[in-house]
Amino acid sequence: MQQLADSLIAQGMFGANPPRDLIYALFIFVFSLIVFLGIAFPFAGIVSWVERRVWARMQSRCGPNRVGPNGFLQWLADGLKHICKEDLIPADSDPALFKFAPYLVILAFTLPWAVMPFSSQLILADLNVGILYMTSVTALTVVGVLMAGWASNDKWSLIGGIRSAAQIVSYEIPAGLSIFPAVLMAGTLSMQGIIKAQGWAPWTWFAFSNPFTFIAANVLYISALAEGNRTPFDLPEAESELVAGFATEYSGMRYLFFFAAEWGNLFIIGAIITTLFLGGWQFPLISNNAVVMNVLQLITFNIKVLFLVFISVWVRGTLPRVRIDQLMSLCWKYLVPISFVDLVGTAAWIAIWPSGNSVAPWIMLALFLAIVVTFLRRVLHYFRRSKMELYLSPTI
Amino acid sequence: MTNTFSLAAITFDWRPIVPLLIVALGAIIVLLAGVKVDDRESEGLGWLSLLTIAIAFCTALAIPGNQQISFGGALVADGYTAFFYLTILFAAAIIVLMSLDYVAEEGLPGGEYYSLVLFATAGMMLMAAAGDLIIVFIGLETMSISVYILAGLARTSPRSNEASLKYFLLGAFSTGFLLYGIALIYGATGTIKLHALSTLATGVPAPMLLIGVGMLLIGFGFKIAAVPFHMWTPDVYEGAPTSITAFMAVGVKLAAFAAFVRVFLVHLLGVQTDWSMVLWVLAVLTMTTGNIVALMQTNLKRMLAYSAIAHAGYILVAMTAGTSIAGAAVLYYLLGYAFTNLGAFAVIIALSRRGHPHELISDLRGLGTREPALAAAMAIMLFSLTGIPPLAGFVGKFSVFSAALNQGYVALVVIAVVNSVVSAYYYLRPVVAMYTDEGGAEVVALSSRPALIAAIAIAVIATIAIGVYPQPYMNASTSAFASALSKPPLATTASLRP
Amino acid sequence: MPLWLFIFLAALAIIGAAGVVLQRHPVHSLLSLVMTLVVIAVLFIGLGAATVGFLQMIVYAGAIMVLFLFVIWLLNLQSQPLEPGHLALKFLGSLGSAALIAELLLFVVHPPPAITQNRAVAMDFGSIGRLAQSLFTDYLIAFEATSVLLLVGVIGGVALARRTTAGGGGAPGGTP
Repeated sequence: MQQLADSLIAQGMFGANPPRDLIYALFIFVFSLIVFLGIAFPFAGIVSWVERRVWARMQSRCGPNRVGPNGFLQWLADGLKHICKEDLIPADSDPALFKFAPYLVILAFTLPWAVMPFSSQLILADLNVGILYMTSVTALTVVGVLMAGWASNDKWSLIGGIRSAAQIVSYEIPAGLSIFPAVLMAGTLSMQGIIKAQGWAPWTWFAFSNPFTFIAANVLYISALAEGNRTPFDLPEAESELVAGFATEYSGMRYLFFFAAEWGNLFIIGAIITTLFLGGWQFPLISNNAVVMNVLQLITFNIKVLFLVFISVWVRGTLPRVRIDQLMSLCWKYLVPISFVDLVGTAAWIAIWPSGNSVAPWIMLALFLAIVVTFLRRVLHYFRRSKMELYLSPTI
Repeated sequence: MTNTFSLAAITFDWRPIVPLLIVALGAIIVLLAGVKVDDRESEGLGWLSLLTIAIAFCTALAIPGNQQISFGGALVADGYTAFFYLTILFAAAIIVLMSLDYVAEEGLPGGEYYSLVLFATAGMMLMAAAGDLIIVFIGLETMSISVYILAGLARTSPRSNEASLKYFLLGAFSTGFLLYGIALIYGATGTIKLHALSTLATGVPAPMLLIGVGMLLIGFGFKIAAVPFHMWTPDVYEGAPTSITAFMAVGVKLAAFAAFVRVFLVHLLGVQTDWSMVLWVLAVLTMTTGNIVALMQTNLKRMLAYSAIAHAGYILVAMTAGTSIAGAAVLYYLLGYAFTNLGAFAVIIALSRRGHPHELISDLRGLGTREPALAAAMAIMLFSLTGIPPLAGFVGKFSVFSAALNQGYVALVVIAVVNSVVSAYYYLRPVVAMYTDEGGAEVVALSSRPALIAAIAIAVIATIAIGVYPQPYMNASTSAFASALSKPPLATTASLRP
Repeated sequence: MPLWLFIFLAALAIIGAAGVVLQRHPVHSLLSLVMTLVVIAVLFIGLGAATVGFLQMIVYAGAIMVLFLFVIWLLNLQSQPLEPGHLALKFLGSLGSAALIAELLLFVVHPPPAITQNRAVAMDFGSIGRLAQSLFTDYLIAFEATSVLLLVGVIGGVALARRTTAGGGGAPGGTP
């Protein structure tokens, strides 16, 4: 980003003696605006539409299909509706905190985009502690959620807030620990550095480089779903028990903020896992043209991320909600010990094979494919026995 | 990958860390084994702990007498470390011995009890071997937190809960002082390594350093129960399970003094003029308050608590002098004090029965006729605490006072001797009760508690042996302190920075 | 870090710290503390210690504050009116803080040499590599012994707070 600004300044675009700091600030501002308004928020909206359509298919319904082609513009309509709604603030609430909480949540959602590695050059800031930055700013969500739950002065909100906080704080441990196997493999915390340590081919990805990282990738995905309050871990907003959890008292724009952040977080979860374990934007070097390469990398990265987003939508449509004690015992009794073993195991692996083991990735990849094939066979089994029309024409 | 480095950059000397590792590992094993053991049948865990301590004791014997710095200056292996390792481990072994029946009878959770005793022992050893202030702090916290929990392990007893909470709150408060002191010392000198500190803290010190040293003094003062930082002592000693009271009176004091003496008498000698007057005042206050308040106690544990305060005062008398003779005297005094107190508390445990603690002085009445051996043991311990020759307490007091006299602290020694005389009154009261009065508490037959007999016997023999033939122990103390004073080999310190 | 930015952040941190003391409601105090901790994390980052800064954000602002909040809710602390009494306590408290301020001023006016002298800072100061290097060489024992300390804390929490199933005063039951 700085290079681009420097080159434009050198071309004399801003006059002879430009105020450099201001121009840098302008650049960062403009690009942030593009990323947030052009990518982050529309993405959150579109995911909400995708999710509703996918569930509808899974439940043999149609889903939203009236606004725009196939209901694609449903998210815009919903957004407009929420913006036009009255912004209710309960009389007994703590008004300052009540108003501030959604902004904190949305802040925690937007900050990670600063280190999002879309391609080898499309990144706002390649911090040398990028992945640490990402986990630390998403940790602010919990403060916002607690604030919302408490300030609403409502039993459902409070319980939702407490559940959410307990869940996020607990699952931060396996999530944090599962990041480190990949960091150990790459020897850096920078997002670009981690991606550059991998290659375009699946057998060079960290997910398949040894058994421990393979498990770590899965643990990270599960923990990230829990941290993002996604089904099957969406107890904080369990509709049948808590109405809408910490967001019960909210309406209008502020309510929208919470859910935009929740859906948008799916992209961040996918991006973290793609970066750490699935090779990020890596694409075979087929052209020397930087623009072509960047576009190809951007597409690669987004395909991987969107596939992970689709899986989480799929999971949400498939699995029932767990109980709170099951949630906690899954975290503390299984994921935390597993992730400790992963961390130590990866370290030992690196100590034994400092330059990588050449056989293990193939075995891990074969194992993964075997799992996928077994899974697909089961899916196909049900596929054959059900009505085909709905599945074959997704655009009803 | 530029961040590669090799561990060869720091010097490894495994000898000081091996006993620590064994004790910590033993603690974890005991904890895990304790899951399957019923609380009323926890003797097996005790024997396991004893085995751990014995192995650690053997490995501690390998620590060299001349000074070796290891682990980048974090630990020091010298005679001083070895002296305290052995003493602490021996004390811990006696504590475990006297707990064997007591813990099972009281129904304390065995796994937690023995593992925490071992963890506390590891913390104490860490304090004794500490080569920098962070290690002092971590050792102190490991020890203290274990002991806070141990004090509250009798969860059905309100007094035990009170003791635990009181100890915890005041202990946390004092730790704050200690940490702030360490921070200020680091700010003033830029180092927390004790060896670097001893060269930097000389001449006219900066105010920041002085305030830091003062805070450090307060922090240690809490742990050794020096007046005016002693308020927690009587309640905590009275409320905690008796074996833990013994552990606090002996183990915690040993470790706190180990670190206190190493930091002040070895590495802060450069600013001795600044702290010795403070220690003078502390010593006088501590001795006098401890002894005078002890006069009015009717509860044996409470009395021994005040006696422990008074003894901390006697040790401070020697520390005020600050010479190498004084350092050796402190070490010797601690040795005698440890065994004497262990014996006294073991006798109190022997008096107790399930649900009947029998901690009052009146419970001792007539013990001389009913259980002559137990009474004799108690009498020996109390005589030793008073300082009657030829027991350990006498030689200890003699060496401590003469060290102070050598440096010309006449007034201080006079006050100490007067205090000593006053203390005879309350130490001899239980003896009188045992041999002249009638109708005290019934005692469980000693023969059903062989481990407790062993603990008392070891303590009695040690108290007599140290007092009657002090020379080898005196020599050990002297050489231990001398090795702490010696400068480390330069080659080792040079290779610290990678 | 430019001076104006430092002054701005430092002022924010102090405002947050003052809020901790001055707010009437414990939850407000706590949120002020969160603000202070986040601003201090930013200050760390500005001073080149990015790793420490982000760790502070994760551990303190993210996790420990949540536990504090749970404790406040567990004890059901409500808004506390300022009590008029306890004059002696107020006096001692003022005396204590006055002493601390005096101490601070003393150190600013007459700083010890260790603070004023410029130290050479390594190129990779504050990086995770440098951090790991000091943790695993100079402070290896402290680092490892801390794990024992934390283990003891965990044992204590469980040993003292666990429900006793075998009667004896604790609440009966002990559902998983």
